[in-house]
Parts: sequence; structure tokens; C-alpha cells
Amino acid sequence: MNTESSALERELNSEKSRRRRKFRHFADGFTRYGIGAGGLGVIVAISLIFFYLVYEVVPLFQNASIEEIAEYRVDSQQTGEQTLRLVAEEQNEIFARITDAGKVHFISVETGRVLESLSMPLNGQQITSISPTIAGQDTLALGLSDGQVLQIDISFRVEFDDLGNRIGVAPRLSYPYGKEPLQLDVEGRSLNYLTRQKTRDGFVLGGLVAEGKPVILKVRARENMMTGEVTLREERAQLPTDQHYQKLLFSDDHFYTFAARADGKLDVFSSRNLNSIEKMQEAQIVPEGERITQIRFQLGNESLLIGDSLGQISQWIIARTDQGKGPRQLVNIRTLKLGDQPIEVLEPEHRRKGFVAVDSQGRTGIYNTTAENQVIDTYLLDHHPVAAVISPRASLLILEDSRGSFLTYAVDNPHPETSAKSLWGKVWYEGYDQPEYIWQSSGADNDYEPKFSITPLALGTLKAAFYAMLLSVPLAICGAMYTAYFMAPAVRKKVKPVIELMEALPTVILGFFAGLFLAPFFEMHMPGLFALLLLMPLGLVAFGFAWAQLPDKLRYLVPDGWHVILLVPVVLFIGWFSFEVSQPLEVLFFGGDMRSWLSNDLGITYDQRNAIVVGFAMGFAVIPTIYSIAEDALFGVPKSLSHGSLALGATAWQTLIYVILPTASPGIFSAVMIGMGRAVGETMIVLMATGNTPVMNFNIFEGMRTLAANIAVEMGESAVDSTHYRILFLAALVLFGFTFVVNTLAELVRQRLRKKYSTL
Amino acid sequence: MKISMKNWVKSGSPWIWLNAGAVTISVVMVLGLIGLIAVRGLAHFWPADLHQALVTDRSGQQQMILGEQVQVTQITADQLRNAGYQVDEDIQLLERQLFKIGNRDLYGFDFRWALTRELENIEYPRHATVLERREWGNYYGYLIGIKEDGRLIAEQPLGENILWDEAQKRIQRAVGIYWEIYNLERREIGQVNYQLEQLRLAERRHELRGTDTPENLAELAEERAYWNDQYAEMEARLAELYGQFSRDALVMMSADGQRSVIGLHHVVRGFQPNDMNVFQKMGHYFAKLWEFVSEDPREANTEGGIFPAIFGTVMMVLIMSVIVTPFGVMAAIYLREYAKQGLLTRTIRIAVNNLAGVPSIVYGVFGLGFFVYFVGGNLDQLFFPEALPSPTFGTPGLMWASLTLALLTLPVVIVATEEGLSRIPRSVREGSLALGATKAETLWRVVLPMASPAMMTGVILAVARAAGEVAPLMLVGVVKLAPNLPVDGNFPFLHLDRQFMHLGFHIYDVGFQSPNVEAARPLVYATALMLVLVIAVLNLTAIAIRNRLREKYRALDM
Repeated sequence: MNTESSALERELNSEKSRRRRKFRHFADGFTRYGIGAGGLGVIVAISLIFFYLVYEVVPLFQNASIEEIAEYRVDSQQTGEQTLRLVAEEQNEIFARITDAGKVHFISVETGRVLESLSMPLNGQQITSISPTIAGQDTLALGLSDGQVLQIDISFRVEFDDLGNRIGVAPRLSYPYGKEPLQLDVEGRSLNYLTRQKTRDGFVLGGLVAEGKPVILKVRARENMMTGEVTLREERAQLPTDQHYQKLLFSDDHFYTFAARADGKLDVFSSRNLNSIEKMQEAQIVPEGERITQIRFQLGNESLLIGDSLGQISQWIIARTDQGKGPRQLVNIRTLKLGDQPIEVLEPEHRRKGFVAVDSQGRTGIYNTTAENQVIDTYLLDHHPVAAVISPRASLLILEDSRGSFLTYAVDNPHPETSAKSLWGKVWYEGYDQPEYIWQSSGADNDYEPKFSITPLALGTLKAAFYAMLLSVPLAICGAMYTAYFMAPAVRKKVKPVIELMEALPTVILGFFAGLFLAPFFEMHMPGLFALLLLMPLGLVAFGFAWAQLPDKLRYLVPDGWHVILLVPVVLFIGWFSFEVSQPLEVLFFGGDMRSWLSNDLGITYDQRNAIVVGFAMGFAVIPTIYSIAEDALFGVPKSLSHGSLALGATAWQTLIYVILPTASPGIFSAVMIGMGRAVGETMIVLMATGNTPVMNFNIFEGMRTLAANIAVEMGESAVDSTHYRILFLAALVLFGFTFVVNTLAELVRQRLRKKYSTL
Repeated sequence: MKISMKNWVKSGSPWIWLNAGAVTISVVMVLGLIGLIAVRGLAHFWPADLHQALVTDRSGQQQMILGEQVQVTQITADQLRNAGYQVDEDIQLLERQLFKIGNRDLYGFDFRWALTRELENIEYPRHATVLERREWGNYYGYLIGIKEDGRLIAEQPLGENILWDEAQKRIQRAVGIYWEIYNLERREIGQVNYQLEQLRLAERRHELRGTDTPENLAELAEERAYWNDQYAEMEARLAELYGQFSRDALVMMSADGQRSVIGLHHVVRGFQPNDMNVFQKMGHYFAKLWEFVSEDPREANTEGGIFPAIFGTVMMVLIMSVIVTPFGVMAAIYLREYAKQGLLTRTIRIAVNNLAGVPSIVYGVFGLGFFVYFVGGNLDQLFFPEALPSPTFGTPGLMWASLTLALLTLPVVIVATEEGLSRIPRSVREGSLALGATKAETLWRVVLPMASPAMMTGVILAVARAAGEVAPLMLVGVVKLAPNLPVDGNFPFLHLDRQFMHLGFHIYDVGFQSPNVEAARPLVYATALMLVLVIAVLNLTAIAIRNRLREKYRALDM
């Protein structure tokens, strides 16, 4: 005994066993920590989805920031010169300062050192005016004291050496129409105000002389095909008015001429044909006694930005009044307020629908008009502003004050286009007659105003889900009730997997089926579809009644719970019959062509790929989800309850409705919720079964665009980290959040139900 | 026993019948859908008889057409009247037929509707011939001559068929050359191009690292010279093959009497359906079916096969399951066996469960933003700077698609495995522990083997879901036409950075993005059938395994 145990002890304490024990201990710990790490890692990876989506979306709602880079005085050689205009470039390295001495100074942004100074050929004249900045146009016009106009181009080019290394930015001053000035005022009066707009084949100049008398000159440049020589053809025009004006602006191709008066009114002329200019309107921009201080075009030349002495900037476009029924007029679509002081400087952004405004006390605001978003509001200057410029990428702001100080600021303003209003509210876009909900993320040209209203997409999502639930909820829940309570177990064992197989069907197949088969089929057989919806329940009940009239002997041939099989031919027949009578019905009731009947007699738009098709296909996809969960809930109701009810004399139907259904109702509720979660996030079916047009209605004969389908369509073509890209991430986050909340709710309800059952 | 209406309604029977109807409708819909897809998908490959008829259209113009009847439908007279037809007042319904008349190069479209009443002299000419072409779709017409090197070497009058055997022989010859060229271009020249590209990258790599010494460069130049020689050689062979390829041509006449010369290098096969017996038709059918599953698509995916799509789907699913299985199982084991069962674990469990309900497109967005742009972009910076600015991994591709879908299906695997683990009776674990096994040993030797069917079920369900998922793939790696398969003979053989084709996306693309939807429709049905089959098989396997597993534990519960 003793020797035996000592032998065992020896064996256990031997080097080999000890090593083995150690190894086993190590393996156990290793597994514990390895699995712990792996498991937690997976869970972290999954939650990463949420955090990454948030990470991409957050910048949309972050405020813009502005940071001072440098402040420097004007070079001593230049004192006495007045700044007319500042011009910035893409790389934020150099800016140009045009002064009234006829000079262009190129200055380093970082140090304020003058890199190069060039003189313009003025022939001894003074510069009296300069045309206002127009986003996207590089040519500037300078008005001279003898009524002449000199046009210049300031451009910048990044230069590389032979090895392809970047040297720096090289500025260039050029004269696109020659160094010889054009005579704008034939009488040679000094041009106190000057404006320029390009036209299809040249440009148009407008000046104010004497007390504010307008002079207009249109120039068409024609290039000789053979010699390449450019000849200019001049054409003069007159405004039909005796008014004196302070400011003048032409819209694209001189469609309209806007002229501001000293009393705060703006005259609008229709000047498409320069020979017969007509006055259209006299708009009161600011109240009597106030002044219009600045007037500019926003990018795209469609809307006017008007700064006034009240510290407001208002945006005006030409639109039809009376919700699109009235005449075309200049209307105010929004007013933004900076402060109480007059707006002194107004500069449009070059690539976005935004602008910078500075008031007389140096309060500076950066705005986006579409979103009505004031992204920056701060006092940047202590003195009266003289000039300001925002760089083409809107990342650099240069201000000059009346003491001759230059201040440069780095602007970080990546997503001004988003605000709660622009995402969810009605917005009055350029070119529209009233505020609307529109999703149209990109356009053909650069000065396109992106329309990022998520509302039509959210509505489309709900519309699709609604019509899908309309079909699937009754079918799935009724089916679940029958399967759980009436169906024979043998049938149930076969039927349940078949319906659950539906869930495994890829939605791309349902989508293609809906788009390529159902859509044209329903279009051809629309009356049949409605006949089907009507006949199916009636036919089923009628068959049931007829069955009850049969002699018992025959009825007992089919055992209880097998009636489903009996109904297969009935359903097939009703389906076939409904579509067979479709065309006779169409002839009988709809004048032979239901589609044209809908659009002509009822005025309903009809798309081939519409909500009916989506409802069918997506309903089909959702049925198994709802059915399976609801059936589980109903089947799980303890049998003692139904037995008790039946023993008390209730019919089977009463038991189902008054005992089983209420008990299982939380489960059915969660089934519906989960089904809805699925319908909301479904992508392929909607993508293929609708025309993907964002609409704002619940018309069953029209399509829709849902959040999910929108992501699928647009994600590929959106630039990384652009506003559009992030808004698509926002859409994904909304979908994620919605389905997650809905599913969690459903799951909690289900868990409580399970607990309840276990106590029954 | 007669029962009065009132009593019958009172008993609730109408409602019960309606409920039963709901089940029936659902079942009929599922089976009907699958049946419809199967019928339409499989019927496409059957060589249909060619109808020849004289059509008089509404402007009185007559044309002889030859083609397959695709569809016969009814249309109301009013719809025709609205479209500008003259229809007598007393007629309410009319029949119309859709014909596939092919010859897109002659007519500009390959389908034509005609009212049955507009058709005259319907015939089924025995020697009407179908030529399947690599471009312009099918040709329907009659063989009237054979050309060799541009010279007419044989001729036959319309109505005779003596040249058919000779034509078939020449078609076979051209098809043989086609495959030779295909192999040469795809395999050998593809390999040379790949090597040359690798050399270019190697040179750039040297440049970036500063190791572009003369020796290194000389070595590369030598190699490049070798491959360039190879290339020149193949080029010459290819030119010769192309010369032979376009030797023969058939002179054909269409039903309306237009002559065309069709080079045999355009022809895939020719047949005379009206002259074929059932067995010949079956042979043709299976040949077409085989072509469908084994060959590349032609004509913007509207003809030919779907092999690259099948291959891409399988490849993606395989890689996905390799990723998802260990991680899913590990997470499930952690949650069930190691984590403390408290509120936190319960929350995690609910969260994981709910992730299965998060829309798949959300995973796609995440995959694109995180995997492709963030991870892929950084990988490129670190490991593939020589290829920049063209991205290697910083662009949608097979790896990111697999990873995204692995994430998408992770909850499926976790839930299934956990369920399997929870079904294993405590007594089994305790027995193992009582015998002195450590927890890890119990897990490895006892619990996991018993839970393995559940894991298998989870993985199969995950695979089935992944195979059918399209929306996220559209963002992270699927393309309509991939130039290369993700697997080939060039090192490293499996190219995870390549884009791939996918059955589900193929359906979407061909059915909705292709220029000739009508012609592509049957192929879409066939592709859909293929996808349904794959997924049905996977699911049925999962169900079978689940059932077996339940049987097993029923025994253990005793």
C-alpha cells in the first residue's frame, strides 16, 4: 500500500509528469486568454462598424474653424497706394494685390514679402473702378478716368523643374484683349463703377459715369478660322431709364441687368436683346433710408447676394411668383444677418454656394446659402475693412484693414452644405419657384447647387416598407395562426421549411423577378391584379362554405389540418381566373386601356416600376421573417391555456382570438418589427423594382428611392470624404440605428414573452 | 350535414379558411416563383423552331420575317387604337406575338412584335439556319454559298442544303482555331504581360528604395529582353492564327432576301432547328447548357456563359468562410463558456443577434470606407508604393469583399454555434471535468466535437447568405466584367486584390444595366436559377445537419 502510493507519488512528481502538468496548465490558461482575446476582438470588430460610421459622419456637424496664420504691414514702398482688389490662388502660397497706382504686387502669403511688382499700361490715366469678383471668371476689368477699360488676367501656375520636383507657384499677368484699352464711355467721362460679365462669344461691360448714368458695351470676339486673328465687334446699348444708379450687374449672357439705386431699390431689366431692353421690376431691397452696400453674384451667376447697411445679406433669384404660376420676378429667397453694421466686403466662394462678408467693424461671417448656414462669425479686424479675398479652395482668407495691415487666416470649412435644415427641411434652391424637398446630389457642371434633402429618401424608405408590410403582415400572421394552431403536424413539418426557404432566396432574385417580370405583367394586367385582391378572400370563403355543405362522408376524407392542400387548386384557379378576366374587365370598365385611363381621367402618374411591384416583391421577402417568428410565438403558447378555453366551451376560433393571440401578441409584435427592419434596409429589391426617382408622395402607382438604394446607386461615384460621401454615411448610420433599435426592442419583447410563458 | 350560413359564420370558419388560404398563398408563391425561374431559365437553351411569315404592318409595308416565337399575348383593342392602329369597332381583344428575328446588323433590332392577324403564310422551312455569332447576336437565314479567302468556292440555290455539311466542317475548324487563339492570348500572352508589369514594378521599387544600381537595372533589363522576345514570338504565332481564322466565310440570305457574307471567325455554332430530331435537340441543349456554366460571357454579358461569375462567387464565399469560421466560433465559445454570464454578456448577445438584422448595404458602406479606403489605402502606402498612384489594395477587390461579407455573416455563425454549445448538457462537461480534464481539454475534446454540427450549420447558413448578398458587394469589389479570374498561373496564384464577377451582381447587371435587356432576359433567368440552386442546396444541407444534430441530442437528454 505504502510502496504503491509512493510509486504513484513518484510517478506524479516525476520530471515528466510535472512537465506535463505544467504544459496542461499552460494550455488551459492559453486557451482561456486566447479565446477571451479572440472573442472580445470579434465583438470589438463588430462594434467598430458603429464607431466608424459615426467617425465618418461627425465632421458633417462640426463647426468650421478659422485660425490666424500671419499679420503684416504693407510694404513701405507701397504706402499711399490703395488696394482695389486682392486675388488668391489654389495653392495658398501667393496672392496678388491690385492697387489704384496701376500696379499688381505679388505677395507671399506666409511672410508678406513682395515677390514681384508689375505695372499696367495706363497711358497716364487713373484707375477709378474695378469690376466685382465673379466666381469662376479670372478676367478683371479696370475702369479708367477717361472712360476707357483695360482688361487683365491674373493667373498662377505650379512650376516643376526638369526632374519633376515642384519649384513653386509662378504668377502671371496677361492682357486677354490686348494692352490697348477699350472706350466704354464715348464721351470720355470717368468710370465711377464698372461691371463685366462674359457672354457666349465675348463679354459685356457696364459702367456708371457722372452721377450714375449707365453706359453699356457689348463686345463679341470672333476668331478668323484661317489666321487665328481675333477681331472684336462692339455694340452699344442704353438702359431705358433716367435714374441714377450706384451699382450695376449683368446676369449670364446679359439675360438680366440689375441696377441698384441710392434709395435701396433695385431695377431689374430684361436685357436679353440689348437693342430692346425693358424694365421688368423695381424691387425694394432694403427699407427706405437704408443703403445697398454690396452686390455680387453667387457662384453660377444665378442668384444675387446683396449686402446692406443693416448688416444683412439677402439672396435673390429670378423665379416665377405664386408657386410657379405668376410672372418671372426677382424674389428674395433668404436673408442672412451678420450684425448691425453695414456690410462692407462681400466675396463669393469659387466652388461652393457660399460667401464671406465683412462689416464696417471687422465682424466677419462665412456662410453657405443653400444650408442657410453661418459657419464662421467672429471679429477678425479692429478697423474698417478695405478688401478681402477667399482662395479658390476656400481654405485661406486674406483681409486688409484701413491701417494697411494684412491678416491671413486658415479656414477649415469642409462641409458647410449640411445643416439640419438642408438635410431635413424644405429649401429654396436656385432655379426653383418655391422651397422644396429635393435629393439631387450631383450635376453636370461645377457651379451646380447640390441638393441634399434626405426627407424624400426617408419618405421613400417608409413608403416601400409600408406597401411591403401591407402585403406581408396579413399573409404572414394569418399563415402563422393557421400553421401554429390548426395545421396537422405532418403538414406543418413540410410547410414551415418551404416558407422559411423563402427567406434564404437572395433578394437580387426577387428584385430581378419584380423588375423584369412583375412590373410589365402588372402593367398589362392591372385590372386583373385588383380583381385578384378582391376575389381571393371571397373565393376562399366561398370555397369554405361550399365545403361545409358537402356530405360528411366526403368531408371526412380530408382530416383536420389538411385543408391547406385542398386550397392549392383553389388559389391557383382564382389567380389564373383573375388575370384571365383582366382584359375583358379593362375593356368593360376602363375604356380598354387602364393606364391611359389612370393618367387621363384620374390624373395619376403611372410608372411601370411602382410601389405595387415593390410591395409584392419586398412583401414576399418579408413574409418568411414575420411568419417564422410569429409562428414560434403562437406555437409556444402553453397548451394548457387553449385546452382550458376549449373545455369551457369556446370554439377553436374564439380560443385562438381571445386566448392565444393576446398571449402571443408581444411575439407577433416583435415579428412585425423585425420584418419592418428588414423591409427598411432592403436594397436590391427596391433598386431593381423601382425607377429610383426620389418622390415625395405615397402614390401607389409611382416608384420611390430609398435610403439603402440611394447608397447603392451613389456611393461608387462620390469622392472620398466629400460632403456627399459623408451624407451617404449618414444615411447608412440612420439605417443602422433604426434597424438596431427596432431589432433590440423586438428582442427585448421576445425575451419577456419567453419568461412569461415559462411561468404559465 | 348542411349548415346554415349564419351558424357557419358564427363558428369562425370563414376566418379559419382565410388563414389557411394565407398559408396556401405563401407556399404557392414560393414554389411558383422557383418554378417560373426554372422553366424560363431552362427553356432558353432548347433550340426553338423557326417560323417564317409574311408580316404586313399598319402602314401596309410587307416584310418576310424568320425567327423564334418568344411570346404570345392578348392585348386590348383600345390600347392598339391609342397607339394609332386601325381596329374595327366590334373587336375587343387581339392576339400578338413576339419574334426573335436576330440579324441585328441588318435590321437594327433583334425582336419584333406582330399582331397575329398581320401574319400570313406561316411556314417552318426545313433548312432555315441559325448562326450564333460573337457579335451582333444570332443570324437567321439560309445558306447559299461558301467563300474561302474571299473567293466563292461553292454555291447552292435557295431551298437546297447540299453545302450544309461542308459549312459545319468549316465552322468546327474555325471554332478550333478560336480556342487556340484564346489559350494563347489568355494564358501565355497574359503571363508575359504579367511578368513585364512585375518588372516595371520592380524597377520602380528599386528607384524608391534608392537601390537602382546599374547591376540591378541591368538584371531587370536582361529579364525584360527575355520576356519581350517571348512576346514577339507569340505575337507572330498569333498573327498567323488570325490569318487562318478568317479564311472562310458563309454567304447567307435572310428571309427578306438580303445577302450577307458572314466570316466564320464570328461564328460560334450553326444549326438548323427545324431539321433536328428530339435527340439532336437534346444534344444541342446540353451543349448550350455546358457552354453556359463553363464559358466566358460574350456580347456585354448577354450571351455565352457565366463561368467567371460562378468562379468569383465560389472563390469569394470560400475565402469568407475561412475568415468567418474561426472568429465566429471563437466569439461564441467566449460568450458561452468563458465570459461571466451577466448583464454585459447578455447585452453583447442581443447586440450580436441584432447585427444580423442590420441592412447589408450598411456593411457595404463600412467595408468601402474602412477596409478599402482606410486599411487598403494604408497598405498601399506601406507595401506597394511602387504601384502608386494606381492602387493595389486601396481599391475594391476580392479580399475586401470577402472580409465585408465575413463581418456580415459573423452573427449567423456566432448565434448558431452558441445554440449548439448551449444544447450540450451540463452533465457531459461535468463528467469530463470530474475525470480531471482541464477546461481547455474539455472544450477541445468533448464540447467542440459535439458542437461541430451546429458550427457546420452556422457556416453553411453564412455561406448561403453570403452567396446571395449583392448590395454590399457592389461597393466593395464586384464588377460587371473582370478581365482575369482571381486565380491564375502567375505567382502568387491567388490574387486577392483583383475585382471579380458574382452571380447575383451578374443578374442585376445583365437584367438592368445591359443595352439589350430583351435579349438578355432568358440568360438572367438561367443565372437566377443557378444561384437559387446553389443556395437551396446549401440551405437544405444546413437543415439536414440541424435535424441530425437534434436527433443526437434528443438521445443525450434521456
